[in-house]
Amino acid sequence: MLRYSLKRLLSLVISLAVASLVIFFVIEVAPGDPASFMLGINAQPDTVAALRSELGLDQSKVERYLSWVGGMLQGDFGTSYTYRSPVSTMVADRLWVSLPLAIYALALSTLIAFPAGIYAAARRGKAGDMAVMGATQLGVAVPNFWFAMMLVLIFAINLRWFGAGGFPGWDKGVWAGIHALTLPAIALALPQAAILARVMRSALLDILGEDFMRTARAKGLSRRQALWRHGVRNALIPVLTIIGLQFSFLLAGSIIIEQVFYLPGLGRLVFQAISSRDLIVVESVVMLLVFAVITVNFLVDLAYAAVDPRLRSRT
Amino acid sequence: MSLLEISNLSLSIRDFEVLKGVSLSVAPGEIVAVTGESGSGKSMTALAVMQLLPEHSRTSGRLTLDGTDLLNTNEPAMCAIRGRSVGMVFQEPMTALNPVRTIGDQVMETILIHKAMPPDQARQRAAEVLDRVGLPADRFPLSRYPHELSGGQRQRVVIAMAIALQPKLLIADEPTTALDVTTQAQILDLLKGLVREMGMGLLMITHDLAVVADMADRIVVMRHGEVVETGATRALLADMKHPYTRMLFAASGHRVDLPAAPAPEPLLRVDKAVRDYRLPRTRLFTAPGHFRAVKGVSFTLNRGERLGLVGESGCGKSTLTRAILGLEPLQGGAITLDGEPVFSGTRPNLAVRRKMQVVFQDPFGSFNPRHRVDRLITEPFHLLDNPPTGTARAEAIAEALTAVGLKPEDAGKYIHQFSGGQRQRIAIARALIIRPELILFDEAVSALDVSVRAQILDLLADLCRAYNLTYLFISHDLSVVRTVTDRVLVMQAGEIVEQGETEAVFSAPQHPYTRSLIDAAPVLPDPAALKKA
Repeated sequence: MLRYSLKRLLSLVISLAVASLVIFFVIEVAPGDPASFMLGINAQPDTVAALRSELGLDQSKVERYLSWVGGMLQGDFGTSYTYRSPVSTMVADRLWVSLPLAIYALALSTLIAFPAGIYAAARRGKAGDMAVMGATQLGVAVPNFWFAMMLVLIFAINLRWFGAGGFPGWDKGVWAGIHALTLPAIALALPQAAILARVMRSALLDILGEDFMRTARAKGLSRRQALWRHGVRNALIPVLTIIGLQFSFLLAGSIIIEQVFYLPGLGRLVFQAISSRDLIVVESVVMLLVFAVITVNFLVDLAYAAVDPRLRSRT
Repeated sequence: MSLLEISNLSLSIRDFEVLKGVSLSVAPGEIVAVTGESGSGKSMTALAVMQLLPEHSRTSGRLTLDGTDLLNTNEPAMCAIRGRSVGMVFQEPMTALNPVRTIGDQVMETILIHKAMPPDQARQRAAEVLDRVGLPADRFPLSRYPHELSGGQRQRVVIAMAIALQPKLLIADEPTTALDVTTQAQILDLLKGLVREMGMGLLMITHDLAVVADMADRIVVMRHGEVVETGATRALLADMKHPYTRMLFAASGHRVDLPAAPAPEPLLRVDKAVRDYRLPRTRLFTAPGHFRAVKGVSFTLNRGERLGLVGESGCGKSTLTRAILGLEPLQGGAITLDGEPVFSGTRPNLAVRRKMQVVFQDPFGSFNPRHRVDRLITEPFHLLDNPPTGTARAEAIAEALTAVGLKPEDAGKYIHQFSGGQRQRIAIARALIIRPELILFDEAVSALDVSVRAQILDLLADLCRAYNLTYLFISHDLSVVRTVTDRVLVMQAGEIVEQGETEAVFSAPQHPYTRSLIDAAPVLPDPAALKKA
């Protein structure tokens, strides 16, 4: 298990190094000079040159890559071209919204999907299964911003249980923060839960056909006992894969929901940075997201090994 | 008073009648074998006793276990009976255990689910039972996972789960069919010992008459959901009344009449062939290890000769087969057909490849279900430079199909329209169609029922007469190899430990391994000898 974890950790470090190279050079070769963009089209060439040297844009690509990576390792992500403030604080502020939102949404989606998927698999072909499958079909088909707008209409405007948008900041108290993130988290979670429930159901149905489920029944377990004791854990492998993918998506892909609820999250930050050619912010946020995705994959790998002993013993 | 009493049991699944008025009984301490070919309803009879039938099943008749009417027992009560009063062992040990739970947990579960003992006692009992089935805790701790055990060891775990609570009845559905002969002999011994020791009744389902003859006190022969004959083993085998029983017995020991082999003239030469597999790296910067699956094997196969290759799973016979077909490169030695290497450079040598064809075990999996028979059997034509077209192609198809006992009109059908035996005939037609110099039969009759197997073996003998076939017959089934080969190779752990004339090797084996294989293989008794006794 230890060797397995170390191997996964090594592959994590290598992936990160490769990713940082790719991100840096891809963004560097994109056309457009941040200095001239910031100063506008009427700027004097010597002003542009001065700004370029101030931003460090006149250094060689290798030097800039090394100083970027070296800075990141020390928590210094550089200074935003447009806002003239440290990227690390900007990103950190946004991360404090996006990360809890993603975790919140993922928790909700898992809480909805597991029971729904298990329930549907246990009642395959019966009314309960049909109802769950119908609901998940809808959940997959309907875009999350529509859910978001409906939630706002019902819970914010009609019932007035939640605010329609905005984020008060965590200094107003944990409860206030969670309260503000509830509607966005639900809107994000519903489509994800629909997908996850379908994966859970089909994984379980595969397992239910396995020989060892019949063995379990022959030992005297009821259908339900066999399902819970022998089915669910074996079905977790494909489900974990999907959860990993979903978390990465929730962290980076919630820009539309952030827009609908007017949340100061990472999605909006990167969107603004791209429109204003704020390369250093884009690079940092993308790198951060890559880091998150790779870390989540690492955790998923560890979870696989925890679930399935065959993976532990392989090397 | 019998323990299990089945009388006039009928079962239909949807509108299909699976069992028609089946009656049989098992007394305590008695071994009753239910035998028959696929589709006879023998497994369904077992599942009916467990009340683990597929959905949409309807049963009628009477089925009592120790006085309890199982057909009218509700599900919760059935759960209390399964595992406690009746245990079951299945055919496929590789998949019968949950891969993510330890063997100790799984054996304990039988005890705990019936609340028979508190957990610490249950653990103790699990250890005892595993020890009894031949998995002592010092070598096989309870914390082992199924994937760390071999097939035979897993079957022992399954048996341990089934007998943990000393049920009155044990049902074993083809418990040794997936195992090697020596493992089979051990498992059968174990089952016999347990029955004697615990006084259980054993209802054993098997297609193998030789196993039945060796094990059972009584035999029940089934066909198409009906019991055709039943009786005490010796009496029944000595005086088989029903023609189906006689046919089944004759087919099990079927001997074919091979034409004499021509004068030796080498066709395939395998010279000190070595095949290594790379193992996964254990450390990042060390060279990966290798596993030598074939260790310098040498033999010659003459033109017109029928050569057998026997050995247990993992002995390297499949690896050797792939190397002969030129599918994988050798790490040492050479394999030549007619003097030409089967593998040249980095790819199979096509000039040689077209002189060889192969027939695999699985008659269901080895065809593309969306192609018609004519397309399926002409697949080897892609090996030829000038494949026949038009009338010549049609004639080749008709001839190949006729040769294997099918009709030329069958060319337009799809594979699902044929039975297992017919599919294997089509596989042979596919191999024959380019008139190869050598055919490899890789467990080609192992998946077939005995009566169908006998027909296919006869077909092979006929083809030998008509086409002077040269083949290598790879099988774990010694009785089959004995009848369809002139010479035999015995393989163990990547080496050929014995080779020689088939009859000579079987009647006077020299190597201890060959002897152990032959001793372990169950044999059909001679009915005439039984009559006298």
